[in-house]
Amino acid sequence: MTAEERVEPLDDDKRKKKKKDSPFKRSLKDFYRKLKKNKSAMVGGYLIIFLILVALIGPYLTQYDIRQPDYSIKFEGPSAEHWFGADHHGRDVFSRVIHGLGITMKIGLLSTLFGGLAGILIGIISGYYGRKVDAVIMRFMDVLLAFPGILLALALISILGASEENVIIAVSIFAVPTFARIVRGSTLATKNLEYIDAMKALGASDIRIIFKHILPNILSPIIVQASLFIASAILSASGLSFIGMGVQPPSPELGAILSEGRDFMWDAGHITLYPGLVIMLLVLAFNVFGDGLRDALDPKMKK
Amino acid sequence: MSEEIILDINNLRTSFFDDDGEIKAVDGVSFKLPKGKTLGVVGESGSGKSITALSILRLIDSKGKIVDGSINFKGKDLTKLSTKQIQHIRGNEISMIFQEPMTSLNPVYTIGQQIRETLKVHEGIGKEKGNKRAVELLQLVGIPSPEARLKQYPHELSGGMRQRVMIAMALACKPDLLIADEPTTALDVTIQAQILELINDLQDNLGMSVIMITHDLGVVAETCDYVAVMYGGKVVEYQDVISLFKNPRHPYTVGLLNSIPRHDIDVEDLEPIRGSVPSPKNMPKGCHFAPRCPFATDLCNAEMPSLDHLGDDSDVRCWIYSDRWDGDPEVNVVDQKTTS
Repeated sequence: MTAEERVEPLDDDKRKKKKKDSPFKRSLKDFYRKLKKNKSAMVGGYLIIFLILVALIGPYLTQYDIRQPDYSIKFEGPSAEHWFGADHHGRDVFSRVIHGLGITMKIGLLSTLFGGLAGILIGIISGYYGRKVDAVIMRFMDVLLAFPGILLALALISILGASEENVIIAVSIFAVPTFARIVRGSTLATKNLEYIDAMKALGASDIRIIFKHILPNILSPIIVQASLFIASAILSASGLSFIGMGVQPPSPELGAILSEGRDFMWDAGHITLYPGLVIMLLVLAFNVFGDGLRDALDPKMKK
Repeated sequence: MSEEIILDINNLRTSFFDDDGEIKAVDGVSFKLPKGKTLGVVGESGSGKSITALSILRLIDSKGKIVDGSINFKGKDLTKLSTKQIQHIRGNEISMIFQEPMTSLNPVYTIGQQIRETLKVHEGIGKEKGNKRAVELLQLVGIPSPEARLKQYPHELSGGMRQRVMIAMALACKPDLLIADEPTTALDVTIQAQILELINDLQDNLGMSVIMITHDLGVVAETCDYVAVMYGGKVVEYQDVISLFKNPRHPYTVGLLNSIPRHDIDVEDLEPIRGSVPSPKNMPKGCHFAPRCPFATDLCNAEMPSLDHLGDDSDVRCWIYSDRWDGDPEVNVVDQKTTS
């Protein structure tokens, strides 16, 4: 056993340095170190944290009622009292945007969560079992993918009716095939690796192999896809609201604010400008963060 | 043989099916393994030795199928068990270790988590107790400072260490049979010797039986009690290890032995076996080895010989030893050079 003895002191050194950390914490630290190198991802990440905090705490701090009209100040531009000005009913645009931010983010996050979970389950089963199961499921996913996402959502909403819950359902459904595809691909690549065979040889059941051994190994493409999909879910949700097929006014959902304000775009641009900018900021933050995550999580993309 | 037979494979046939039809990867393999002994399964790449091993644990992927034959393990026919029953046998009564220690461990879990996994699957052992057992197992396979290793990820260990961890996982539930599929191929020579020694020691201590799949006759000589030489999906020779090296019967076995260097005789050029293993899609009609065999006759090309039992506990699949042999009656298989 001379070979091991020679290696041993080296390992001892390494262990001393890392002694305090649990193994999981160590890999998390490693990941954070990689992510930190990517400046734009860090900016995106902090922006997301900031926006989430605003959406969570903001509504309790705003002083104006978002539903109470005050016609004495209607169409008033931005001022010290009304930072983003007032809309055609004299409601404070800033307060409405702060409230709307939460609604829009909630739709984006929930639809990605639901659609993502369904897509992961479908993709992993399809990829793992292969053959006929795979053929049937993936052809069905192809059918879903053949529709442009927004069209599919529109069709679903015209059946289900326009409401916040239905927007979440519609956007979730078009999230399913994109997740299913990515997860299936990664599952196919993972399921033939030796350690999966080794686990089978040690007597693990299919369910155990799928959820305990394959899923953790394909998490990184899923996380990246999720952060990128949140951006497009937000865009679709506010797009649907903008054309009147989503969350309905007077709810301050960002797309709905845009929708209400679009008639006054020339005379009172601030009503649409600020919610528009916030949507842009949201989408940008998630996209940039998603790109950064991909770089940090992909071992092949080391620069 | 008076010993208790732990594994008795009878006429096993495993085929793969694709658009071109059936590919017979394992074509009627039979052998017996006495309890506590080591059987070496030797052959070139594509001879069906790994598929035979995978068939025992029913780990053939969806394109392949065990078409015929029986695998009797401790009185049960493994080919007839339900998925649940075979899952209970895997890792518990029969374990397998693989060729590639570098990729045989799940990169996202620590060594400890992976060893505990096997214990949890079969014995429902939780974290505390599992860790204790894992430390014992790592000690058993000769890994220094096992407590620290438990918290390490596979990428932090060397190839030899990982193979030891694999062995520890395979032994976690004290299996009766260990299948080692080229366990040392991916390791460098010094580590190879250590791993083989480890398997030998563990076998003596735990009293398990081992199937050692390899293409390395050196490994066979060092570890095995019996040897099955496979060629083209069939067993061509089965002998105990000493007789095999002393008195090889099948021309293919002789070819294998001639193609490795020897330290006791000065040989200028090693004698390779000409040609290569025929594709399983396109097996010769007669003896599968006939196209490469220096002694092949018309009979060899026309008809497949059966695996015949010769007097002294050896089985050979070759016409030379049959009454119907139509070539030189004085033929000496060991002396291939005169004929080639």
